[in-house]
Amino acid sequence: MSEPLPVIIVIEDEPTIRRFVKLSLESEGCQVFEADCIRRGLIEAGTRKPDMVVLDLGLPDGNGVDFIRDLRTWSDIPVIVLSARTSEADKVEALDAGADDYLVKPFGAAELLARVRAQLRRRAHVHGAAQSVFEFGKIRVDFGRRIVEREGMPLHLTPIEFRLLVYLTSNADSVLTHRQLLKNVWGPSHAEDSHYVRVYMGHLRKKIEDDPSQPKHILTETGVGYRFVI
Amino acid sequence: MTDQRPNPDELLSRIKEEEIRAARGKLKIFFGASAGVGKTYAMLSAARQQVQQGTDVVIGVVEAHGRKETEMLLEGLECLSLKEIPYRGKMLQEFDIDGALARKPALILIDELAHSNVAGSRHPKRWQDVQELLSSGIDVYSTVNVQHLETLNDVVGGITGIRVWETVPDHVFDGADEVVLVDLPPDELLQRLKEGKVYLPHQAERAIQNFFRKGNLIALRELALRRTADRVDNQMIQYRREKFVTPVWQTRESLLACIGPGEGSDRIIRSAARIAAKLDVPWHAVYVETPELRQLSDSQRQRILKSLKLAQEAGAETASLSGGDAVEMIINYAREHNLAKIVVGRDHARAWRPWYRSFADSIGKRAPDLDVIQLAREEGPSDKRREDPTDESLLDRLKAPWQSFAMSVLFCALTTLIAMPLHTVFELANIAMLFLLAVVLASVRYGLGPAVAAAFLNVAAFDFFFVSPRFSFAVSDVQYLMTFVVMLVVGLVTAKLTAGLKFQARVASSREQRMRALYEMSRDLSGALMPEQIAEISQRFAATGFGARAAIVLADDAGRLHEPVDVPGGVPSIDLGICQWAFDHGAEAGCGTDTLPGSPLLYIPLKAPMRIRGVLALEPRHPRSLMAPEQRRLLDTLARLIAIALERVHYVDVAQTTTVQMESERLRNSLLSAISHDLRTPLSALVGLADSMLLTQPQPSGQQAEIAAAMRAEALRMNALVSNLLDMARLQAGAVKLNRQWQLLEEVVGSSIKAMAAILTQHRVSVRLPDDLPLLEFDAVLIERVLANLLDNAAKYTPSGSSIEIGAALGERGNIDIWVEDNGPGLPAGKEEDIFKKFERGQKESATPGVGLGLAICRAIVEAHGGEIHARNCESGGARFVFSLPRGNPPAVDSSEDILPPEGMRS
Repeated sequence: MSEPLPVIIVIEDEPTIRRFVKLSLESEGCQVFEADCIRRGLIEAGTRKPDMVVLDLGLPDGNGVDFIRDLRTWSDIPVIVLSARTSEADKVEALDAGADDYLVKPFGAAELLARVRAQLRRRAHVHGAAQSVFEFGKIRVDFGRRIVEREGMPLHLTPIEFRLLVYLTSNADSVLTHRQLLKNVWGPSHAEDSHYVRVYMGHLRKKIEDDPSQPKHILTETGVGYRFVI
Repeated sequence: MTDQRPNPDELLSRIKEEEIRAARGKLKIFFGASAGVGKTYAMLSAARQQVQQGTDVVIGVVEAHGRKETEMLLEGLECLSLKEIPYRGKMLQEFDIDGALARKPALILIDELAHSNVAGSRHPKRWQDVQELLSSGIDVYSTVNVQHLETLNDVVGGITGIRVWETVPDHVFDGADEVVLVDLPPDELLQRLKEGKVYLPHQAERAIQNFFRKGNLIALRELALRRTADRVDNQMIQYRREKFVTPVWQTRESLLACIGPGEGSDRIIRSAARIAAKLDVPWHAVYVETPELRQLSDSQRQRILKSLKLAQEAGAETASLSGGDAVEMIINYAREHNLAKIVVGRDHARAWRPWYRSFADSIGKRAPDLDVIQLAREEGPSDKRREDPTDESLLDRLKAPWQSFAMSVLFCALTTLIAMPLHTVFELANIAMLFLLAVVLASVRYGLGPAVAAAFLNVAAFDFFFVSPRFSFAVSDVQYLMTFVVMLVVGLVTAKLTAGLKFQARVASSREQRMRALYEMSRDLSGALMPEQIAEISQRFAATGFGARAAIVLADDAGRLHEPVDVPGGVPSIDLGICQWAFDHGAEAGCGTDTLPGSPLLYIPLKAPMRIRGVLALEPRHPRSLMAPEQRRLLDTLARLIAIALERVHYVDVAQTTTVQMESERLRNSLLSAISHDLRTPLSALVGLADSMLLTQPQPSGQQAEIAAAMRAEALRMNALVSNLLDMARLQAGAVKLNRQWQLLEEVVGSSIKAMAAILTQHRVSVRLPDDLPLLEFDAVLIERVLANLLDNAAKYTPSGSSIEIGAALGERGNIDIWVEDNGPGLPAGKEEDIFKKFERGQKESATPGVGLGLAICRAIVEAHGGEIHARNCESGGARFVFSLPRGNPPAVDSSEDILPPEGMRS
């Protein structure tokens, strides 16, 4: 017991799904607390000092997005959203409100655990010391010297491409919406020009991906945004 | 300095003018000094040239009048057949405008622009036919003689002594795109006349012989040349203005011509038109109807209306104002419309009324800043008929039923009887007062005529019965003559005054009645909810207000007219052809208008703010009663009110259907999402529980694990089926709102391949997208769905190890074609279209899973994007699915703030 068990709160109104999620997470060695509504979920989140929240969007006493907004006023723990809906707008809303990732029902245990692990790892990173060099695949990014190299060869990125890459790498494994990318890379005045993101993402992929049409690192979450994976 | 620059408003109006002109046909007029100069010949020669150049030329109407040369030219040209119109038992031939519009040639030849059509034709004048042809984009060649120009009519009449009644308004002539002067020296013309080469109608041969005198011909030739020169001059000015050669900017000080009830209004109109043309300014013509003028006889009012119409034809904007003070109204109108020059007819000198101030002086006194131009009225009694109306009106006013006259006689007798016994008691002067009272009472009770009669009778009775020597008309004392005269004058003046007051009261009450009727109608209309109610209300109002029967013909959204709305009282028989014309042109037609005036009905388009809602057809009992200005105004208001009511009813309908649609859409959406939630939740649980079975302790054995995995896979398949069915239901219900954004195709292709990665493990997928592919506007989620379904399809129907290619290229009509191609066995022959139908599958009863919705969903999505999807077999075998997306106008990406650092570029 050198490290305490990660504490996860599962807020879901369907008992069978809640049970399956709890089962899966416990098998991964997490401590799980359950809640079946937003009110209960907030109490749990406030008292259990959780490391993460797994949240269903459609709850009997309200919208999961409200929970996220509430939670984000006092905590920055990762939130993974479970969405039964096909509508991309709900996911975007949840992500914009502060969720870090989402899973579309039905999902398997393997998918769930992969996401949970990634978020827990990221949280550990954030709490660790800031790195000045970041490596993934064949790419090496030196933040301090603003140099990007691919297999040792310097890669020429424009200022925006560089900012985009930095923002992506510092939020690896999380889903970033177009709006978030625009706001953080271009600034608030470009909030509606989502095609800018697509065009620059295309440029960036051409420079860092082996096959830009089947990317390995900058993944598209269609209708929602992007996810950077190492 | 600023003068040098063209006024933006003017530029704008010029551009608009040019646009209108571009859509209109071109009018070319062959203009001559008199008959026989060879206009028709010139026109036909020009037309033949056009034919040689390949223009589609048709002869609408050309009179060869048996002249050989002309007939020769006619040969080989297509000729429209004339329309037969029955007129007073005879069949007359007239130009067939409907035939011409249906034939729609590029150029049509129409001789004699000034010709008046036979009653029963669509327009009373041929030039109106030509206007309609022009506005439907057909070019027209036509001919005009100088004497037929409206404003020159007087002048030519003065020179030749022959007045022509067939005229062409000057604006038609001036509006022509080209005018060709066909000139022939008088001697040659006379020579031709002698040779019988000039067509003359038989009936008026002598008059015409008189006309063709050399002096006349020279004068006419000069007029024609001058008129043409004026036109050329105008063109020059126009050209200079367009090319900004010098700043000849017009001050828009327009002209206002006032029409009064007096003589010679037509002449004033014509002169004003000429002045306006000379000054090149627009002009207005107004008639002010004061309460006194309401007493005018019908024929006088008709004359005023005719003058107004003449003004309109001569290009003026006309208005009929109504108010107490004519001078005041005129000045206000002039100020409102920025008219700086007022044209009035000169009043006759009134030596016997030196205090009288003429109309022109009154305007001058009250508005010193306005120019007043006084014009001579027509001098001399050129037309006898003109004298009649005034007499008629006086007689009219004296007219009263004979009973009233009898009563006034009785009044007189009664007064005498009463006065008889009083004669001994009262002074004679007081008796006279009694008689005066009788006149006043008679005038109050019975009107002007009986009052005048009473005045005379009373004077006679007073004289006969009371003034000595009594019982004789002789008068002994001259003093009494004075009494008689005063009595008579006082009697007549009071009679006139009371009659006038009564008349004004009647006018006021009838106006009030109209207003009340209008008010009631608008109140009723505001409560109407159905077109039938509106029709009934208007029927009722037309009956009470105009003594007319009315019907409403409604138009649907496509601009087609339906049968009139049925009302209990029955509807007049309506000519739907005229109705359609009135509707299409947005102008009135039928009796009292320029279009088909022979019709017994008047058709008024119902113009509402958004569009024309239909046509109001009125069948008046007395057609002339609709022509009075106040009736016209009332009619306009009526039409406007009905139109607005119809529009309101229409939008009530629209709002209702929209509400119903929204409600049903909401219901459908909530139903679909409820079903989707209810079906997916157990499936999600099933997948999750199957998974968690593997996580239970102790770990399940190999067989158990296998069963759990199979359960999971089946649940996922079930989920896919449910998704497909729900998506299809959504797409079909039209419940899917496209979230179109500018996307990179590459990105969506990549994500679809990633989404299908599990299925494509046994296949090689390659992507071939051109580098310069523009951004495309589509709903990324749905297009990913299309690509995923196509990939799924390809994976399903090809053996493992096959290769699949996704590509895109610029296709037809600026679309982008996107394809998914495999090298498998290809599609079954003849099934290329069927596979896109619902529940249709390429291979019946095969082991391949699926219900056959994937491609149907693809088609629905692509079509919602305005594209097409097709399938075919490639030459190399294998199936190729191609769908197109519109290219659109991609937004620019501003990369100015994002430049590569220069040192980076060099290394």
